[in-house]
Amino acid sequence: MNDHWLIELGYLVGAVLFILALKLLNSPKTARRGNWLAALGMAIALGTVGFSLGHVETQNYIFIAVAVVAGTIIGSISAKRVQMTAMPQMVALFNGVGGGAVALVAMIEFMAEPGERLAPVPLVTAVLSAIIGSVSFSGSMIAFGKLQEIMPGKPILYPGDKVVTALVLAAVIALAVLPISGSTSIALFAGLLGTATLLGILMVLPIGGADMPVVISLLNSFTGLAAGLAGFVLGNTALLIGGGLVGASGLILTLQMCSAMNRSLENVLFGAFGAAKSGDHTTASATGRIRSYSVEDAAIIFASARTVIVVPGYGLAVAQAQHVVKELMEKLEARGIQVKFAVHPVAGRMPGHMNVLLAEADISYDHLFDLDEINSDFPETDVALVIGANDVVNPAARTDKSSPIYGMPILDVDKAKTVIVSKRGMGAGFAGIENELFLQENTVMVFGDAKATMTKLVAALDEF
Amino acid sequence: MTLIVVITIFVLAVFVGLEIITKVPPILHTPLMSATNAIHGVILVGALIVLAHAHSTAEIVLGMIAVVFATLNVVGGFVVTDRMLEMFKKRPDPPEKKHE
Repeated sequence: MNDHWLIELGYLVGAVLFILALKLLNSPKTARRGNWLAALGMAIALGTVGFSLGHVETQNYIFIAVAVVAGTIIGSISAKRVQMTAMPQMVALFNGVGGGAVALVAMIEFMAEPGERLAPVPLVTAVLSAIIGSVSFSGSMIAFGKLQEIMPGKPILYPGDKVVTALVLAAVIALAVLPISGSTSIALFAGLLGTATLLGILMVLPIGGADMPVVISLLNSFTGLAAGLAGFVLGNTALLIGGGLVGASGLILTLQMCSAMNRSLENVLFGAFGAAKSGDHTTASATGRIRSYSVEDAAIIFASARTVIVVPGYGLAVAQAQHVVKELMEKLEARGIQVKFAVHPVAGRMPGHMNVLLAEADISYDHLFDLDEINSDFPETDVALVIGANDVVNPAARTDKSSPIYGMPILDVDKAKTVIVSKRGMGAGFAGIENELFLQENTVMVFGDAKATMTKLVAALDEF
Repeated sequence: MTLIVVITIFVLAVFVGLEIITKVPPILHTPLMSATNAIHGVILVGALIVLAHAHSTAEIVLGMIAVVFATLNVVGGFVVTDRMLEMFKKRPDPPEKKHE
């Protein structure tokens, strides 16, 4: 290949575009351009690989065309159709298949040369990328299942679970040593992939649904690392740089997400967050009483209000209530009431998820406030309207040292003059923790689906 | 490429990755994750190389699955990210509304 330097140049241009794209993605103003730049970099890298393949059988070109077309059609249709509320699990799914692709590439490389074996370093990296890719694949699928509510969101624990996971990890290590030390058995390599897949499942099962964003982010970093390691096997610059970048930046992003929740990564992975038995925390504070109001009674509270802060949570998202809430906001503003939205960094099921949903409903930026900006406003606020949020407004995070969410920054809605909580039922939040806010004297509960409640509230506001 | 060149490229890429993410506002956490997710779809480059040179049926089948998976990762990843970021654009005069 005498045009080898042109190919390397193509990969270099792709890699530089990836780096510039990540830079632009750090700021809301330039983020969208950043994503386009990354896509352009990808197109250049893919165009370049097309020229680097050398001699290829016609039938292989057909296989490639079929697979690429199938992937493009499925990928673009599912990405376009998915509801904004289901974005987190969609990212998990795309990450999972990426991890699966890495593991398969490593496997095929291992199979390809039965006679001439891979050199030691590529061999080690092939084994590692197969393991990490498989873990990322199955772990992401479990994360998808939990977020899609195909399986319970609560941590799944069983006696001796940590021992079982440790044994499977030991099995993965044992199986990894064999190909590195000379075994060329393909069955054994497939067994390694299978065991690593099992390990991914066991690692994510004990983690609660509320922590899935962090898990997905970490597995995203894993897939990047695995893709970078696959770059060693193929001696491919695009993989080395693209994978290395994502592996490292994904880890930083994961740590930032943890710090937004005031938790350590270790605590997220091994803390079985949300597994605490309900009752642990209620017994101490069961003195309060729940005041359940009808929507009409709740609407009267707004009649004398001057300032309202809306606290949206995941309940709003699942009920698709964001558009009705926008209507409510307009109704209240028409009555001269000041309306603000308090967006907790982890409201929804992913950091930033709630901003996406509210933007979808055309609620403008200047109505949205971060935790730091708005917490001092609550004591002067007449009504705090909590819609389907729970853990992010739980005062136990401030006061109860025994609570698993102790120390997590929360929105101080309990300090508002009146708190109206719209909630499906008395069930605990996503993290599975009881909430004393609901028993407070200034709190009023309105039970029912968020969208139905908000629709009725909008109608009730017209009555007076 | 010699091994040391390969290692050098990878290590430098990792360091760029560590440095490039500054303090990202939480609003961008999900889109950034989604965009980096699409970027690791660059494994499609690897999947294309192995499928192009696959001979046995097993290699072809696994290679095709790998290419489909990686394409899903790339296409889905970029489209989903763009949809999220589209929401964030400032709209002083809302054009035709797609979502109602």
